[in-house]
Amino acid sequence: MTLTRRSALTTVAAAATLPLIRPARAQKPVIKIGVLNDQSGPYTNTGGRTSVICAQQALEDFGVAAKGLTVEVISADHQNKPDLAVSIARQWFDRDGVDMLLDVPTSSVALALQSVVREKNKVYLNSGAASSALTGAQCSPNFVHWTYDTYMLAKSTGGAMVKAGGDSWYFVTADYAFGKQLQSDTSAFVTAAGGKVVGSAQYPFPGTTDFSSFLVQAQSSGAKVIGLANAGGDTVNSIKQAHEFGLNSSMKIAALLMFITDVHALGLDVAGGLNLTESFYWDLNDRTRAFTKRVLPKTPNNYPNMDHAGCYSATLHYLKTVADMGAAEAKKDGVATVNRMKAMPVDDDCFGKTKIREDGRNLVPSFLFEVKKPSESKHPWDYYKLVVETPGNEAFRPLADGHCPFVKA
Amino acid sequence: MITIFGIPGPLLFGQLLLGLINGAFYAMLSLGLAVIFGMLNIINFAHGALFMMGAFVSWMLLNYLDIGYFPALILAPLIVGIFGIILEKTIISRLYKLDHLYGLLLTFGLALVIEGLFRNAYGSSGMPYRIPSVLQGAANLGFMYMPIYRGWVVLAALVVCLATWAIIEKTSLGAKLRAATENAPMVQAFGVDVPRLITLTYGGGVALAAFAGVLAAPIYSVNPNMGSNFINTVFAVVVIGGMGSIMGSIVTGFALGVLEGLTKVFYPQASATVVFLVMVIVLLLRPRGLFGRAA
Repeated sequence: MTLTRRSALTTVAAAATLPLIRPARAQKPVIKIGVLNDQSGPYTNTGGRTSVICAQQALEDFGVAAKGLTVEVISADHQNKPDLAVSIARQWFDRDGVDMLLDVPTSSVALALQSVVREKNKVYLNSGAASSALTGAQCSPNFVHWTYDTYMLAKSTGGAMVKAGGDSWYFVTADYAFGKQLQSDTSAFVTAAGGKVVGSAQYPFPGTTDFSSFLVQAQSSGAKVIGLANAGGDTVNSIKQAHEFGLNSSMKIAALLMFITDVHALGLDVAGGLNLTESFYWDLNDRTRAFTKRVLPKTPNNYPNMDHAGCYSATLHYLKTVADMGAAEAKKDGVATVNRMKAMPVDDDCFGKTKIREDGRNLVPSFLFEVKKPSESKHPWDYYKLVVETPGNEAFRPLADGHCPFVKA
Repeated sequence: MITIFGIPGPLLFGQLLLGLINGAFYAMLSLGLAVIFGMLNIINFAHGALFMMGAFVSWMLLNYLDIGYFPALILAPLIVGIFGIILEKTIISRLYKLDHLYGLLLTFGLALVIEGLFRNAYGSSGMPYRIPSVLQGAANLGFMYMPIYRGWVVLAALVVCLATWAIIEKTSLGAKLRAATENAPMVQAFGVDVPRLITLTYGGGVALAAFAGVLAAPIYSVNPNMGSNFINTVFAVVVIGGMGSIMGSIVTGFALGVLEGLTKVFYPQASATVVFLVMVIVLLLRPRGLFGRAA
């Protein structure tokens, strides 16, 4: 047989359409949770398997069996591709009976799924994506944004930088929905505080590994702060290379989105002294430590960050709501389920007591941390010092400024 | 201050230099690919994964065995090169008689497997690797702040590239290699062990990738995806330079690095695309590449 590209493609396509063999469905309604995130690319450690494990931890902690619920958690890799994510989600809703979509990092993917979930009237709890448009112009009554967003990061990290005298900024921005939103949210805070944005470079995402060119442009712009509107491996590479070019001695580095997993990748000798914002830190208080102790044995090399904690917290609150309204009711109507979730108080080990606002914004507190120097770190993953805590109702964009269409209606 | 197209002169010179540094990586990687393609007729899609292995092996040497950067510069290519030889002996050598496409698919599959294994073991965030202390710091060149390590990368890359070119074009070993590519049975008839020559060539090409990986470790995050970020661009470089042309891939590598660097100043959004744009134009006007020999 000679192999041509066409025949190879047809074979692969045919194999992909083969139906999976599924066990016969039980009589009792099964609640299905689908964790859709990056499991092989740049955001694998920030979400990935640990998000799935945290969702399963919520099942265990809630005690689904004792409450008479049957719950399944499935997961898939969206490879940061909106088209792939949409087709997986459709398959999950239409064929596999998934009721709740969880995690979904990468803003471009997260935004693409809004309309699918709304069309199918399911529940969509997003922990991993950042864009504040998800509860603004692109909001949906089926959606809750659980853990953080670009506005909250901009206000906390960006605001702190301006307050400390960093009044002129140069942005290095990932050229897609997330990076642009983060840059524009941060710019708003900088200019509102009397500072100015002197320039920006928007680099192609994904695929950029060398940032030296942008770093040198930032350096020669004369700005006091370099704002990194990117995430994951890009942030790690930018900071690493900024040190190489001595930017850390002439400018302040503002890593606008950084997770503890990124700090681990950089090492404290490079990351030490940076300011960053997360809404969860494993070593914050007794409750967060208790949660981490429960979940860590299942994901030993990857401590939970705020994205992971959000997956736990969102799943737990969803299960409480489902138990409260009945599985059959919850399966039927996504909007009704989300409305019930908004009406019920949220309380868990990761974020404490919080509340979900009308537009789907979960008002978790935000914490500005400073990364410890190597000498200050006493045990593994002992990375953060708390600088300031902002309560949930102040951390996020005011409801009226989001212009979420269904809230006005 | 002089300005060129509205960009201050010093900034532009700085960017040219940075482009040259990135070009050094393109040159080293595309050189390995060109050598392997020239001698084995295999389009080695596993090259990016082997580059990544070079970086990871140097990280492992440091963290598990406390072996520093400079020994790693020799040891890591050696270890990865031996791994390449095992791959060639056990798997790749079975495909020489078949169409190019099989080799491409096989090495692509190997790359996915290798990257998957590393991702499973070490996650995707990457590992820290420090710049060796003698190469830390930076020199003020007047028009820009030049990290010493980057200068070292260009120097090391140039030396290795030219040495490889010299071995293939100027030594008797190189002559045997080139002859074996032209007419293997004839060369074998003269008593040269052609299969061993081919295995060594693959090992050498792989070692080049690993060497680039060690050089990259202190600059880029050492993570399982670091190779796949590079490999597409590097393939474009090979195509532009002309498949199998040694000097072509070196010159094209550096030139495209500079071109990409300039794009990053004038229109950064296009910096990932510009290389492919050039590839399309070259393929239209000169299908065998800038330095390619007529088929």
